[in-house]
Amino acid sequence: MSGLPLVLAANALDTFVQTLFKALALGSLYALLALGFVLIYKATQTINFAQGALALAGTWFLSIIFMDWEIPGRWIGGPGWVHWFIALLLAATATAVLGLIVERLTIRPMIGEPLFSMAVITLGLEVVIRVVAFDAVNTTPRILGIPWGAETFKIGGAMVAWSYIAAIGMAGVAFLGTWRFFKTRTGVAMRATAFDQEAALAQGINVGRVFAIAWAAGAALAAISGIFASMPPWGPAGLASRDGAFFAFRALPAVILGGLDSVVGALIGGLIIGFAEVFAGQYLASYTGVIGTGYQQVVPYVVMLVGLLVRPYGIFGTAEVRRV
Amino acid sequence: MRGRPNLYTSYEAESQLMPTRTKKVVLGLFLVVAVLMPFDLPIIDQLPVVRFLGDNVWLRLVNRALCFMIAALGLNILSGLAGQISLGHTFFGGVGAYTAVLMGGKASSNLWGWGLPMWLWLPAAGVVAAAVGIAVAPAAVRVRGLYLGIVTLGLVFIGLHLSRVFPEIAGPGALGRKWPRMELRLWKEDEPFLDFSRDGHWLWFDINKNQKTYLFLLVVVIVMAWMAANLARSRTGRALQAIRDRDVAAEIMGVPEYRYKTTAFAISSFYAGIGGALFASLSVQLPPEQWSLIGAVTFIAALLIGGMGRVSGVLMGSFFVVTSHRFVEEIVDWMKHQAEEGGVFSGFFDFLISTGQGDGGFVSVMETALGYPLPVSALDEIIYGLLIIFFLLFEPLGLYGIWIKIRNYWKGWPFSY
Repeated sequence: MSGLPLVLAANALDTFVQTLFKALALGSLYALLALGFVLIYKATQTINFAQGALALAGTWFLSIIFMDWEIPGRWIGGPGWVHWFIALLLAATATAVLGLIVERLTIRPMIGEPLFSMAVITLGLEVVIRVVAFDAVNTTPRILGIPWGAETFKIGGAMVAWSYIAAIGMAGVAFLGTWRFFKTRTGVAMRATAFDQEAALAQGINVGRVFAIAWAAGAALAAISGIFASMPPWGPAGLASRDGAFFAFRALPAVILGGLDSVVGALIGGLIIGFAEVFAGQYLASYTGVIGTGYQQVVPYVVMLVGLLVRPYGIFGTAEVRRV
Repeated sequence: MRGRPNLYTSYEAESQLMPTRTKKVVLGLFLVVAVLMPFDLPIIDQLPVVRFLGDNVWLRLVNRALCFMIAALGLNILSGLAGQISLGHTFFGGVGAYTAVLMGGKASSNLWGWGLPMWLWLPAAGVVAAAVGIAVAPAAVRVRGLYLGIVTLGLVFIGLHLSRVFPEIAGPGALGRKWPRMELRLWKEDEPFLDFSRDGHWLWFDINKNQKTYLFLLVVVIVMAWMAANLARSRTGRALQAIRDRDVAAEIMGVPEYRYKTTAFAISSFYAGIGGALFASLSVQLPPEQWSLIGAVTFIAALLIGGMGRVSGVLMGSFFVVTSHRFVEEIVDWMKHQAEEGGVFSGFFDFLISTGQGDGGFVSVMETALGYPLPVSALDEIIYGLLIIFFLLFEPLGLYGIWIKIRNYWKGWPFSY
């Protein structure tokens, strides 16, 4: 990763601890993004290529809500970080609404069409949302007002950024929430829909509503992960930037490695890819002459390719049952 | 037989390339127009919006579209015939282009290049790309559906990284390196006997380099399209379509899936390599980022907009995708003039278009404008995205499907079915 601080710790153990946190944090980010992909895939059987664009839209919403309109600061008192989290939730909600609209207009009519067409529709969506969001972001550098900024603390001799802790925490909350959600009535309906749409319909499950919920949740997760990916060690100093739209593509190896339809796979895949990328970046740095600069960014794809050769449907993905 | 267009009495008759006289006539007319197009025809520069159709900037754009068509034909064999999703088509285009520059480019202290002539580097670009396709195939055949899409997407990123590892081939920095010109010569330093990259004089006419390049590319496209159309009705083509429609059933019928998928990858990469090499040569200088994901998405868009699985559809789609922004610009420009000069619709156009600071509207004609109203460049990207969505939702067969509807209307006359 280019944006990570390459502060060398005093000894090997500190370097290791520092790299460990870095890897955990990046892995959590990937897992968050992957979770968004997986939720949408489980319901509608398509990879949503527009996740990155939705993430960019989400960061833009946050900056509008929190910095420009000063919501909720203009109404309530209390510490700034509470405000920021409320604004984060509002931005995620706004993106969820965007996801709902998009799903209703373009995805719902495509149910039953070939996978390829559905996936390409989301590619078209990606272009539209990205261009509109690019133009919105472009006018002024948009500050996100992240409460902990670029601050770090020390564990022994290892430097750890607060953003790392925040990302790990956020991923933990999201995955616990998803786990709980799948135990609720709606969650069971979603699992049934993922298993067999027609059978779910026959049981009286409102499949259209399940789609809507999945897209709303996926878009909200995209917004949250996009915002966390714009934080100092990863993004350019907490600004909403155009790169945000492409960050989601870097999480695709995690989704594929874990298995497209597995929530556990998203978590494990994200962590594996995050660890591989960060540890390769740290410990193979002396071989750049042979493997080229910026090799870390290719590591996820190499890991994914190797993983797929062993298990073609990812580690936790269900193998497709093929009939004649 | 007249009046019963769907009656075939033999297999040969059904699998003909040109089954009807109408088709032959239409194709003939189309070829005549295609050959005459680059020359300044007297009628075109009189028409209001399409006045630009004769100029050199337009011709250069059409040349790009022709290169794009070659590669898109390749993707059509992989996706349209064999049903395999590929987001990595630009990777193979890049392989072809860098093969071309390695073989045909000029060497310097920090660049590699053997300075070989075009009749060597152009086929080599296709062959090397095909070889890479075969090398990738074992991994790609193992995964299916969207998994395959992401694996091929990985190829794009790995390719971009390789271009950084070998600056001797890809050229240093963001500018990239210069590609060999399109010219036919016998050997390295010989005088070229056919030079498509310089103005010249053919027969009794002066002909400029864009027109020359256009004619050369047109010949290549026709040959490649003809080969692609023939492939679709050969044994290989039928096997690929069987795999697309139901792979397990195809295997039961004795179609070796692994071998034919590998073949599809090889042929599609061959096309991509040729298209990539010509495109790079046409563009003179390109950065490695040219062979990115966005390009691969454009290929898929071309296939969908044109009509998947049909050679004519792919050609239409490619032309449309590459040149549409020019039409958008011209239409916006025309609307701007209408708004300024006044007329029946001037109020409406004025409402749509923002001509400067403070003027409201949806589209801004100021080049440097960022944010809202949208600049024209953003508008044509949005239109392009919307078109992908629109065609998939309402006309899954693309432009080809629209053409079929029009044709069937006349074919079935006076009946509506």
